[in-house]
Amino acid sequence: MESIKDKVAIIGMGCTRFGERWDAGVEDLLVEAAYEAFEDAGVAPKDMQAAWIGTVFSGMSAMTLAPLGLQFIPITRVENMCATGSEALRGAAYAVAAGVCDIALAIGVEKLKDSGLTGVRGPAVVGDNPDGSACVGSGYSAPASFAYLGTRYFHHYGIDRDEGKELLAKIAVKNHQHGSLNPKAHFHNVITVEQAVKAPIVAWPLGLFDCCGVSDGSAAAIVCRADMAKNFRSDPIYIKGMAISAGARQGSMRPAYDYVHIDENVFAAQQVYAQAGVKDPRKEISCAEVHDCFSTNELIVYEDLGFSKRGGAKEDINSGAFTLQGDLPINTDGGLKCFGHPLGASGLRMLYEMYKQLQGKAGPRQVKNPHLALTHNLGGNAGAGIGCVVIVGNEKG
Amino acid sequence: MIGITSVGAYIPRYRLSGEEIGRMWRAKGGKGEKAVAGYDEDTITMAVAAALECMKGQGAPEALYHATTTAPYKEKQAASIVAAACDLDKTCRTADFTNSLRAGTTALLAAVDAVKAGASSALVTASDCRLGAPMGRFESALGDGACAIMIGSTDLLASIEGSYSVFSEFTDVWRTSKDNFLRAGEGRFIEEMGYIPAMREILSDTIKKYSLTPADFAKVVFYAPDGRGHASIAKGLGFDKAQVQDPMYDVIGNTGAAAALIMLIAALEEASPGDRILFAGYGDGCDALILRVEKRPSGRTMKDRLAAKVNIDYGSYLLWKELLEVEPPNLPERPAPSLASRWRMHKTISSLYGFKCRKCGTPQLHPLGQTVRVCVECQAKDDFESYKFSDKTGKLFTYAVDILQPTKNPPGLNGVIDFDGGGRMICELTDYDLKKAQVGMPVQMTFRKMSQEKGIVNYFWKAKPIE
Repeated sequence: MESIKDKVAIIGMGCTRFGERWDAGVEDLLVEAAYEAFEDAGVAPKDMQAAWIGTVFSGMSAMTLAPLGLQFIPITRVENMCATGSEALRGAAYAVAAGVCDIALAIGVEKLKDSGLTGVRGPAVVGDNPDGSACVGSGYSAPASFAYLGTRYFHHYGIDRDEGKELLAKIAVKNHQHGSLNPKAHFHNVITVEQAVKAPIVAWPLGLFDCCGVSDGSAAAIVCRADMAKNFRSDPIYIKGMAISAGARQGSMRPAYDYVHIDENVFAAQQVYAQAGVKDPRKEISCAEVHDCFSTNELIVYEDLGFSKRGGAKEDINSGAFTLQGDLPINTDGGLKCFGHPLGASGLRMLYEMYKQLQGKAGPRQVKNPHLALTHNLGGNAGAGIGCVVIVGNEKG
Repeated sequence: MIGITSVGAYIPRYRLSGEEIGRMWRAKGGKGEKAVAGYDEDTITMAVAAALECMKGQGAPEALYHATTTAPYKEKQAASIVAAACDLDKTCRTADFTNSLRAGTTALLAAVDAVKAGASSALVTASDCRLGAPMGRFESALGDGACAIMIGSTDLLASIEGSYSVFSEFTDVWRTSKDNFLRAGEGRFIEEMGYIPAMREILSDTIKKYSLTPADFAKVVFYAPDGRGHASIAKGLGFDKAQVQDPMYDVIGNTGAAAALIMLIAALEEASPGDRILFAGYGDGCDALILRVEKRPSGRTMKDRLAAKVNIDYGSYLLWKELLEVEPPNLPERPAPSLASRWRMHKTISSLYGFKCRKCGTPQLHPLGQTVRVCVECQAKDDFESYKFSDKTGKLFTYAVDILQPTKNPPGLNGVIDFDGGGRMICELTDYDLKKAQVGMPVQMTFRKMSQEKGIVNYFWKAKPIE
């Protein structure tokens, strides 16, 4: 089995402003993201030899991408819950690595706010609802399934309710601080620990600021053969590893599952570190974008990705290790907390920030001298989810 | 001999007091309180709870007769839903006895007939949730409750020595198919010309028929529309106060078709071997029975069942009884349950059947809508034996206090249950005290109403704390 490392480069990226984009339809968001990427790469739409479009709710089939007016090239629509955007990247990158095309577009989009509803709807397929709503018409909410992680984590490590709430709050405070520096983010408000702790509860222990918002957005990447990359730009970004790990309902069915880690994250990280040759992620990864849909997930992801030792997230949160000033800045663009979560777009939005960081173009959010950057998504929930990790770097080798 | 072999009762934990009703209407509230079914309960779920208690240690009944005047469906049998939740064999004869307050005692007599005709045992469930209109005379009087009585021929709690029934075409209380609330004739007329003479006659005629006197009975147990009617019958018949069974109307209210049977169970729980009990139900006539006590039932008593109670406010009552239209949450709608998916999962939905892997021995529960064909533990395919979870206790492994969970008793509580003996389930909890929710809390399973969509009542199992 060969590693994907250094076979594919990213030569252009685009990302819309995320938020309640009442002004924009799916087609506007797609055009905004794609054309920023074309311009960034210095290519034209006609240069695309294939495209992958990721969306969960905002379109079906290749026709989702029709607004770009691409001329009869192969287009594939992909869906993999919250990892959908990253899945589009995988499709495009593997095609380039396989040599079936030299240059391809990966784009993700989600237009959630047109529904007029608060929240994201569950799976539309009857008989495919993990909470059984197709059978009995009720069940727990998405935040609840992530609240389970918090309740258990606190119990497991003997963290009392107040201390636990404060730990989660610090994650939200950090991401809001980062997001305040990012004009593309949905939310720009700086919050305090007290505000986050006292915010209304959504699903104990998760309060309002522990839950990401619902927004519209799109992000795009243009990938090409690594050996061609410098023809397009002097600072291409190289894919070092891409991995996905899918659960098989172990979390909801096996009492052995402990709710203080997520296997999908761990297995995806193990694969991607092997591909990228990363031995000590805490030291070797310069910055990361992780799936902070709910603060409990970010808390556990620190440990699942090997950034903190088991049970050690608390110490790292309290020391500020993952802030812009820390040794491993995480969610430097504001994360899902500030961008919201247009499902199909999020993975590529995270990659956009890591791409800019590695190119030294992240402005006030710029981390010092980065070499390797990581993105992480978790779709679904623990034991019934999709863990996805991508590592990119600004140098070959 | 034929008689009662086991009893069970279920009184929902919620109470609405006369005082709270009075506060609502700025009137002098009545004394006492009434039992109110939770928002996720109905006559079927309450009957299941009573039946499961009654069936403990008993053989499977060959008939299940379910009595109620408030079945959730007009067309679709309630008894078969109760029987399926109780995991009875498909050859069990099921029938609904309905449309009369006398349905409870009539079902009991039918069960006696079934055993006489050769059935090893027959189970009777009686359950009612009648509604009095807000501000009306029945609002505080009608309560919710259920009970179950097993009729058999061996190891009796009480033998049945005789019975006597009359019917009467008398219009005192009624609901047409379109009425949500009880209707009734003028108060003194229906009492003086209806209930009182009918009940007096059945009691005295039954005593006469069997050549007995009031002194031959340790207890007399009979239905009455309310406490006042009950007292006036007791006075006129030559029974001592001590002989008359308390109807519990000021504690749980008048539970309709279940009321007389619930009183009978309470009487049996306090009786001594050899006691004779005169028992009568009323509604469109009367049924009377003479019972001879053999031994007291063991297990929970009425006092235990009434111990854990929670008083609710009038707003909750309106909401739970669906007497108030409220703004739906601005959340995405969940897909309507699929009849086909429910049918494929019926063993899991009805009696919480999962399976045990023959290869690795791990008990597992099918996630709803997703039948498991491959063992989650060892990946063996289709090598399972049936394993029931509804009768297993468990512990709360982790949980969320969920503001977004669809519940009429917010906030919701849901979590991960690890069953004693193996197996895990993510499910809603019900009848909880939020302050006591904690990791490791012991729970048991309870059959509840999850939602009602497109006119289908969707039942499933929730976890509830073991009190």
